[in-house]
Amino acid sequence: MAKVTLDSTEYDLPTGANLLQAALGEGIDIPYFCWHPALGSVGACRQCAVRQYRDENDERGMLVMSCMVPCTDGTRFDVHNDEDIVKFRETVTEWLMTNHPHDCPVCDEGGHCHLQDMTVMTGHNYRSYRFTKRTYKNQYLGPHINHEMNRCITCYRCVRFYDDYAGGKDLQAMASHNHVYFGRHEEGTLDSEFSGNLIEVCPTGVFTDKTFKSHFIRKWDLQSAPSICQGCSMGCNIIASERYGKLRLINNRYHHDLNGYFICDRGRFGYEYVNAEARVKIPRLKDDGDFKDLTEDELSTFLSGHIQPGSKLLGIGSPRASLESNFALRTLVGSDNFSNGLTQRDSDLMSRILAIRAEHPANNASIRDIEASDAVLVLGEDLTNTAPRMALALRQSTRNEPMESVTAMRIPEWSDKAARLATFGKSGPLFAATPRGTKLDDVTTAKVHGDPVDIARLGYAIAHALDAEAPAVGGLSEEESAFVTAAAAALKGAKQPAIISGTSLNEGKLLDAAANVALALTQQDKPAQLAYVAPEGNAMGTAMVGGMSLERAIEAARTGDYDAVVIVENDLYQNLLASLADSLFEGEITVIAIDHSMGATMDKADLILPAGAFSESDGTLVNFEGRAQRFFQVYPAEAAIQEAWRWVRDLMEFADQSQANEWQTLDDVLFAMEKDVTSLQGVAEAAPLAAFRAVGGKIPRMSRRASGRTAMQAHIEVSEDKPAEDPDTPLSFSMEGSATTPPPALLNRYYAPGWSSVSSLNRFQDEVGGPLRGGDPGVGLIQSPGDASVSFYNHVPEATRLTDGQVLFLPLHHVFGSEPWSASCPGIQARSPGPYLAVHPDDAGKWGLEEGDLAKIALDGRDLTLPVQFTPSLKAGTAGLPVGFAGLEGASLPTAAAAPTRGIES
Amino acid sequence: MLTEAERKELDHEAEHYEHKQALTIEALKILQNHRGWISDDSIKDIAEYLKCDPSEVDSVATFYNLIYRKPVGKKVVHVCTSVSCWIMGSENIEKRFQDKLGLGYGQTTGDDQVTLVRNQCLGYCDHAPCMQLNDKMYGDLETDASVDAAIDDIQAI
Amino acid sequence: MSSPETKPLLSYCDPENPMDLKAYEAVGGYKSLHKALKHMTPPEVVELVKDSNLRGRGGAGFNTGLKWSFVPQGDNAPKEKYLVCNADEMEPGTFKDRLLMEGKPHQLVEAMIVSAYAFGATTGYIFLRGEYKLAERRLLDAIAEAKAAGYLGNNILGTDYSYELVLHTSAGRYICGEETALLNALEGRRANPRAKPPFPPAVGLWGKPTIINNVETLSNVPHIINNGKEWFHGLSDSNDGGTKLYGISGRVNTPGIWELPLGVTIRELIEEHGGGMRDGYKFRGVLPGGASTDFLVEEHLDLKMDYDTIAKAGSRLGTGTMILLDDKTSVLGMVHNLIQFFAHESCGWCTPCRDGLPWVERVMEALKDGRGSPGDIETLEKHCRYLWIGCTFCALAPGAVEPLKSALKYFREDFENAIRPAPEPADGSIRAKARQGLLEALGQTN
Repeated sequence: MAKVTLDSTEYDLPTGANLLQAALGEGIDIPYFCWHPALGSVGACRQCAVRQYRDENDERGMLVMSCMVPCTDGTRFDVHNDEDIVKFRETVTEWLMTNHPHDCPVCDEGGHCHLQDMTVMTGHNYRSYRFTKRTYKNQYLGPHINHEMNRCITCYRCVRFYDDYAGGKDLQAMASHNHVYFGRHEEGTLDSEFSGNLIEVCPTGVFTDKTFKSHFIRKWDLQSAPSICQGCSMGCNIIASERYGKLRLINNRYHHDLNGYFICDRGRFGYEYVNAEARVKIPRLKDDGDFKDLTEDELSTFLSGHIQPGSKLLGIGSPRASLESNFALRTLVGSDNFSNGLTQRDSDLMSRILAIRAEHPANNASIRDIEASDAVLVLGEDLTNTAPRMALALRQSTRNEPMESVTAMRIPEWSDKAARLATFGKSGPLFAATPRGTKLDDVTTAKVHGDPVDIARLGYAIAHALDAEAPAVGGLSEEESAFVTAAAAALKGAKQPAIISGTSLNEGKLLDAAANVALALTQQDKPAQLAYVAPEGNAMGTAMVGGMSLERAIEAARTGDYDAVVIVENDLYQNLLASLADSLFEGEITVIAIDHSMGATMDKADLILPAGAFSESDGTLVNFEGRAQRFFQVYPAEAAIQEAWRWVRDLMEFADQSQANEWQTLDDVLFAMEKDVTSLQGVAEAAPLAAFRAVGGKIPRMSRRASGRTAMQAHIEVSEDKPAEDPDTPLSFSMEGSATTPPPALLNRYYAPGWSSVSSLNRFQDEVGGPLRGGDPGVGLIQSPGDASVSFYNHVPEATRLTDGQVLFLPLHHVFGSEPWSASCPGIQARSPGPYLAVHPDDAGKWGLEEGDLAKIALDGRDLTLPVQFTPSLKAGTAGLPVGFAGLEGASLPTAAAAPTRGIES
Repeated sequence: MLTEAERKELDHEAEHYEHKQALTIEALKILQNHRGWISDDSIKDIAEYLKCDPSEVDSVATFYNLIYRKPVGKKVVHVCTSVSCWIMGSENIEKRFQDKLGLGYGQTTGDDQVTLVRNQCLGYCDHAPCMQLNDKMYGDLETDASVDAAIDDIQAI
Repeated sequence: MSSPETKPLLSYCDPENPMDLKAYEAVGGYKSLHKALKHMTPPEVVELVKDSNLRGRGGAGFNTGLKWSFVPQGDNAPKEKYLVCNADEMEPGTFKDRLLMEGKPHQLVEAMIVSAYAFGATTGYIFLRGEYKLAERRLLDAIAEAKAAGYLGNNILGTDYSYELVLHTSAGRYICGEETALLNALEGRRANPRAKPPFPPAVGLWGKPTIINNVETLSNVPHIINNGKEWFHGLSDSNDGGTKLYGISGRVNTPGIWELPLGVTIRELIEEHGGGMRDGYKFRGVLPGGASTDFLVEEHLDLKMDYDTIAKAGSRLGTGTMILLDDKTSVLGMVHNLIQFFAHESCGWCTPCRDGLPWVERVMEALKDGRGSPGDIETLEKHCRYLWIGCTFCALAPGAVEPLKSALKYFREDFENAIRPAPEPADGSIRAKARQGLLEALGQTN
């Protein structure tokens, strides 16, 4: 710590940190623009000026930028005491505003705008610039980002995030002097999967959310709740916001160990299905092939006819449903009759992950652990598409090793341009083996492309190279051997090596191989980081709940032993071949499907019950590292919609189960779950329970300034409704309640006096950029066993052998398109490639295929016709199919099958 | 599409730099030399050659004064408008172009022959006011007659 | 022809017909290379140049040898090191480097080799203004000749030393004269200045140690090696070593460039070398070292043009090329022209420069056209204060306001006379009421 005097008060600030960041952490208001806690300092905007004094006797001092000054013991600064500095800062804002359109009333940023805050903070309130403003034309940047360059104050944060941090290349600074323009070479959708962060990174309204614009509401009128992104297994924290029954906006919610300041575009924009037409709002019964809405009584009648005490019920849960919903279903049907909704394949993979985790000594890595690693091995995962936020962390990790030389040169790490310059062209070790090239290729030290077994074999070989005890692998190619040697050397030389694998290639040996590498490293006392990417938002949680696989459940249903099957938030047709899924509906069994939207399974069910989407429900998800995190209902659900677990609880009534009465609130389910499922001990602590009260009562979901709370229902009923009760959480559907800062897990809004924008987040951390005050939310359900009693996994797979004329079809993933619910949103759809067949050009030549041709393949007994996409990075003899795309649902990949033939002429 | 000649020049220049990105400015100049100006297609050609995004090339192209991102005439006349030439009467040069060819700064004659651009100090201050066409300097343009003679000369080239 | 002993730089300098390699060698060209590479160690060359007190001629005036000594050496230092010649002569009113390169290209090539040897540069780049087409051709020829003669390439003069020299022509941008912006330009990026630290001798081109020197600075090096430091000190009339290229543009009888002892007076330059003011024009002021230096006036005419004297008078020696303001030229027009230049050449990185200079430009435009408003002078003064060193990211804006600041000091009447009093809105008019209301709301009185 350094003793630093600011305005005559002495502070203990972290030595070497930049003064701006340290001072903000002390709650001192210094205005700034170009600095960002995750992007560091560049000294461009000149807004954070302070006066620095050499020593006690120095009276003149020197104007410096606080973002560029390291905290050193015994230094002295004036922030507010010096009139000239205050005036300079006001002048900086005045300059920035000379060309700003002052269009706050029609600007989507208005009300949560950093520029507004800084203008007020610096006291610039009188415009003396009397000349004309320059104006720009805006660009179309795709379905998600709106561009309004006239508002730009040229802080360069956008390109520093987009290009320097996230590796995007198509957004750049153009032109010069006061005509600098941030845009693309030509109009078009921004390439980066992280483009949505521009909305939060931009200090004013240049980049705004187009989906939000289509149903815009001012920040203070939004009703918000803390939530968890359901788009993949990372469990990024988000804030979801509503008004008038519509989900309006997803923003990043800071979590130090996970998403930090950024989320991906799937998570930010993939929410629109919640407001879509396909939503189900009333229970409906199949009547002569058509659905008809049921009244409460009609529903009761139906259910009492079909579910009675002693009824034989089968339950199918889902890896995208909450723990509570899955557990409720398991309780309703009994664990022997419960499927957690994972396919056999995923179920095996998840069991394997849990088994490895139970015995493996490597650290169960968080996203931040990955980001802090200085050598990384990726086995199989195309992270940008299967775990985007981790890919972003990985990109940062490649800076760690070169950064050591920067520190040696005494360049502070936060001096971003200088640090990047000093590490120019250098990238730390990142070794990746994937089926084809990825968007991390530009920072990858070495890469090999192959089929999943090839990749697993590489992993085993690396483990063997690190430790001769690990099983050896024969028959590697020269390229593979070189890769193995280099990767092993890099991991061995690292201070904190990380190994990432996962389930996306459906190959269990990959998991073992990754574990072997991590084990070899831990046995050499390296703090090895091991991360497994799971298939869906709550795959980890459902695997922990247990149960039979989807396929086994269908088999069971077909035995005729069951009266009814209850399916919770699982569209079988997305995970299974249609022919298999169909068979569930062929027998006499009554199918009750509970989901938020229509889909193939709902279409075929006898009774459908409207479940709340994530924004209308509370629940707990377990992310890839086994961290249980609670998401909260944002607004009272419409009509008959309720949480899936509540529907299941209602069904219990008809089965005459005691829980029907006992389970009144979410907490009741949580406690029951903790009691019944050993692996879920502690899950209730993921967030404060419903009884929690802050000073002043419940935590209001609405801001204190929400307009017209008493007239919110005016279009339905003029008299004021009582605000909806929330028995499940400490949050209220109201503006009344506690005015204090809620505990981190309940934080639903960033605001501090004088700080209306997301920058106010600084006020919720003890140290800017550090953990949230009070600790980051969530509870880890998996602890690595400290000491290693485990030995190396010994079953090295044989390389795949194909018979003549065969090709191995591999699963390829897409951040936009492979996750069905986000993919149903129009904007995500527009950014998704259509279905295609990826082939190596050499193979294509053999098969007489040209790029763009329609190729025919026969897979799982289905004939598919797909346009050919040349993918030179694929290993010859393998071909790729995009997972989850229309027409490819339920494909079992990898699969060896006959080579494609030319279909219709393109 | 790059022509054979353009590609050859680019390959030759590439030998002098440690990283391909460094070639961006040279590449812009080489293509401008061949094509007169830098069109969107030229930006894409360079991006393809350098294996980078067209936006990265455009970011550099739009920064520099001597890269023309709009079509120009065959002859681009650079008139020095900086301080020494201004003192010595550079404003009259534009006026003469206006009178004789109807040409203002940033404009091109109807026959696409001559484009007039203002330029920062040409370093010919002892012969102010001055202008430049390719490597030819026209200096001491203090009188109407001297400017007119220079304009005639430019037209004749 | 001037004598090489007293005018080393411009002797044999002939832009009409520059010497080829043979002719240059015949008058002692490339001698320094033989001497340095065969008889001196690199540290000896650095020491010699340091002791000669050769100060940078690009404007900043830093000791050249001292700069070289900052380059990390030894086995742990990067093998690649670069020497970059800043030949991006773009300061308005400056035309000295052009002369050196067009008239005596081999001198620069020789200097680039011998200076590179001093700190072990592996490649040299001459960063030349794009507009200097003739210089480009001449330098390319000279480099080709030098290469053919074995002065460039592998094992120069049979020693272990190998070195390549590359000519890079700029795409035009004043900020490229700022050495770290120049590096960005050379790397094919936008020429924004870089954060310092790190400084280029440690982290420069492509992250490697890099020295950037001006054309005139480098051109002195062969002569220092050939003739020694005492000789170099002897050339000067000041505490600093060497001659200086001085130039004058504006309304003198014979504008031009001359090589003179460092420390000649302004009056001598104007009267003797510039041939005095043209008939009908009187001296009013002078920017002594290019467009980004403060005006000096009548009272300063007898000052010596050296680094310290001019600095004491409140201006800078800068490039040593003077721009004269005569009595028939509008001071406001001249300042407007200068500011317009700087506003246009701002790279757009930092706020004060990017958004402050255009404001100044607009005010100056109004003033020069006699459309000034009350408060304009205060606006200008505020900008002079807040575009000063420390307020901005690099030295462009501080340089830009130097002429303005000094013009406000010496020629204030010109500014005051250009202001039209604001027409008072008629009492009772909506404008008057609104104005009154606003002022009251702000707690100000009319």
